[in-house]
Amino acid sequence: MTKKNKSIGATIVGLFRHQLFIPLAALLILVVFNLIADPSFFKVSLGQNNAGDPVLSGYLVTIFNNASELAILAIGMTLVTAASGGQDISVGATIAIAGSVMLRVLCGSAGSRPETMQAPIIVAFLIACVVTMLFGAFNGALVAYFKIQPMVATLIMFTAGRSIAAWINNNELPIISDAEFSYFGNYIPGIPVPTPVFIAVACMIVIALVLKFTNLGLYVQSVGINSESSRLNGLNPEFIKFMTYVIMGLCVAVAGLIKVSRISTINYSVIAKDIEMDAILAVALGGNALSGGKFNMAASIMGAYVIQFLTTTLYKFEVASDALPAYKAIVVIILVVMSAPVVRENMGRLWKKIAPKKAVKGVQ
Amino acid sequence: MDNQNKILEMRGICKYFPGVKALQNVNFTLREGEIHALMGENGAGKSTLIKVLTGVYLKDEGSIMLEGKAVNIKSPQDAQKAGISTVYQEITLCPNLTVAENMYIGRKKGAGVNWRGMNQDAKRMLTSLGIPAEPTQQLGSCSIAVQQMVAIARAVDMECKVLILDEPTSSLDEQEVQKLFGLMRSLKEKGVGIIFVTHFLDQVYEVCDRITVLRDGQLVGEYLIEDLPRVQLVSKMLGKELDDLSDIKNSDENGEKTYSGESVFEAHNLTGTTGVEPFDFEIHKGEVNGFTGLLGSGRSECVRAIFGADKTQSGTVKMNGKTVKITKPLDAMKKGIGYLPEDRKRDGIVGDLSVRENIILALQVMKGFFKPFSRAKAEAFADEYIKLLEIKTASTNTPIKSLSGGNQQKVILARWLLTNPQYLILDEPTRGIDVGTKVEIQKLVLKLAAEGKSVTFISSEIDEMLRTCSRLIVMRDRKVVGELTGDELTQNNIMMTIAGGEK
Repeated sequence: MTKKNKSIGATIVGLFRHQLFIPLAALLILVVFNLIADPSFFKVSLGQNNAGDPVLSGYLVTIFNNASELAILAIGMTLVTAASGGQDISVGATIAIAGSVMLRVLCGSAGSRPETMQAPIIVAFLIACVVTMLFGAFNGALVAYFKIQPMVATLIMFTAGRSIAAWINNNELPIISDAEFSYFGNYIPGIPVPTPVFIAVACMIVIALVLKFTNLGLYVQSVGINSESSRLNGLNPEFIKFMTYVIMGLCVAVAGLIKVSRISTINYSVIAKDIEMDAILAVALGGNALSGGKFNMAASIMGAYVIQFLTTTLYKFEVASDALPAYKAIVVIILVVMSAPVVRENMGRLWKKIAPKKAVKGVQ
Repeated sequence: MDNQNKILEMRGICKYFPGVKALQNVNFTLREGEIHALMGENGAGKSTLIKVLTGVYLKDEGSIMLEGKAVNIKSPQDAQKAGISTVYQEITLCPNLTVAENMYIGRKKGAGVNWRGMNQDAKRMLTSLGIPAEPTQQLGSCSIAVQQMVAIARAVDMECKVLILDEPTSSLDEQEVQKLFGLMRSLKEKGVGIIFVTHFLDQVYEVCDRITVLRDGQLVGEYLIEDLPRVQLVSKMLGKELDDLSDIKNSDENGEKTYSGESVFEAHNLTGTTGVEPFDFEIHKGEVNGFTGLLGSGRSECVRAIFGADKTQSGTVKMNGKTVKITKPLDAMKKGIGYLPEDRKRDGIVGDLSVRENIILALQVMKGFFKPFSRAKAEAFADEYIKLLEIKTASTNTPIKSLSGGNQQKVILARWLLTNPQYLILDEPTRGIDVGTKVEIQKLVLKLAAEGKSVTFISSEIDEMLRTCSRLIVMRDRKVVGELTGDELTQNNIMMTIAGGEK
């Protein structure tokens, strides 16, 4: 009896300490809150959009749809954080570059309002991938080989990125009128689930496979924890750090595709604004140390969805968009404090203290 | 002697970690003006007991009395305020601050800092202790020994009633140790109680008044030094009668083989960027040789050059008679060389990773990025070596940093044994490790040699080198100054060669 109780207690203590605990608990609280406040939050209905195609609508769909870019960025940000012990704050700006490059390629020489796309979308996307990976390589080189603090190194692109994006299109705002281009950020006719959801899931599957079938996870963590002993075990810490920034670049291109496709155009100063902070937050919310080392990819991605869940909930309760960040900040403080190892440790201890009393009561 | 004032009493201390009972009902008493040795094997709970006392860990049960009053120590600051100062086994200072800053950090109240005064005080302290460091020098630029001494200076400088020295001598040479002992004796006269944790039996019998022995987290007993002869101490620590030590000495008799066997590794004019004079080196199949010399003589730099840990600047290297290029550790690993580094914490362990991941790391890297071991395979490897080397760990999933020093070292050893190297370099594998494990490692080295592997063994303890090595390369001031084999291998000869006397 006591043994059984102990094991339950231990399981619960373990649960408190588990990395997925905080994002899951946060999600649960948000769900419960919404259930009480207004159960219709969870209603998903099948309607028709303007073109007459069936689409799913409802707050849940919005959350899954809008969190896509963030989830994809969280993947890259987790790796960057783990390997280099710092964050890439240039992702919002490089998304602007990615979007701008794609639009530039699609417009070709036909001006900024082409009737038809001048190049296949896949070509535009691949070129954008190459460009953002080059920018990632630039960041990575500064961090890994020149040993510049990640936040300072990426501050360069953070500052310059949006100007570069505007410059690529001569400061014009190209508009792609071809409906096909809008599929990536909206709906493919006949499929009621928003396309970004599929793209995000595909990215998750890819990273899951990569983590399973390569040593990316082990190498990145090892380098992040102790780069000197990693080197003496045959790893090349600089190259591994460098590569995480290149992977981040790839994530940026994918997120950029979704972003520009959503509106079929671009606004250089607004596109993906402040998304880097949300991406960093997603990593932190997942219980990953921002100082690098061990990481849990699933927890980071979960963190991204929690953030979006929160944002959408606030929108639903008609919080003015100017006031939104303030509300968000309060919730974030609570979540981050709760996910701090010190607090989690204490919660576990608290449970230990309560648990034996309960056990005694149970016996009586 | 028992009437002396008790300054510190710990009663019934218990501390549990997930899956491990680190301390069970341990009592410890420290009297005014005594040097009290705390002895035990790796994982016996010495470091844990000290961390409980200094507030690094919170005790789960038990009480601590300081000068007759119960105290509740919850943080290192509490301990410091109560007059408990500590010098840890691993250096815990900040390498990027200056020596003076390290000595005074976190001790002054208020926001202002009197830099001049601080540097002057530090200078006075350093001179009085004879520590060769400038107050304004970055700590990281000092040698490990000097860093350790600065840590001691810091502890001594604080008005302490209880001074804890956790393995302070493991990186000091004989002279520095004597200096430290002088210091300890003068502190003792002032009535400071000193808790001394060490693995060096000689040192215990040189300075200590009393010994408390722990084993497997439990108290074995407290003894006056004159009541406990060495052999008994060792057997109490190990919990068994010990003939292992003599065993090894006997097996030394047949260590005079001449190695006409093929050479496994050969280097000519080799030197790395760390500035050792170019040296020649050769090791044969089944041979154990070693680099010896004082701290900082360049012995570690030599083996680092062999492994490619530092960029090589000149020289040619042959492996099994064929000329090869070793420019980075991976080259060396692929040629079948393993290297256990001197500084376990900085260069060896990957702290947050599990024991399992730490064991498979090197082999995994050699196997390649796209070929990860399956979980089952990794578990099997880890289990095999945990059993083989008797590594004390709660599970293969435990982060290596929560293991005791000796067990961490065994994990690193397991990592290299797993790669099945033909040539293994062990730089200070027994540093900060208890007698029992030391003997195990020495035996393992001899066993590996008997299996036809070649081993280069470095140790600060000359008798350990004499026991294991059949050839010693002697270094002084970053130069190879001599080579001793066979009959020449005696303590006197080595000392004389190191000191530069005629052979």
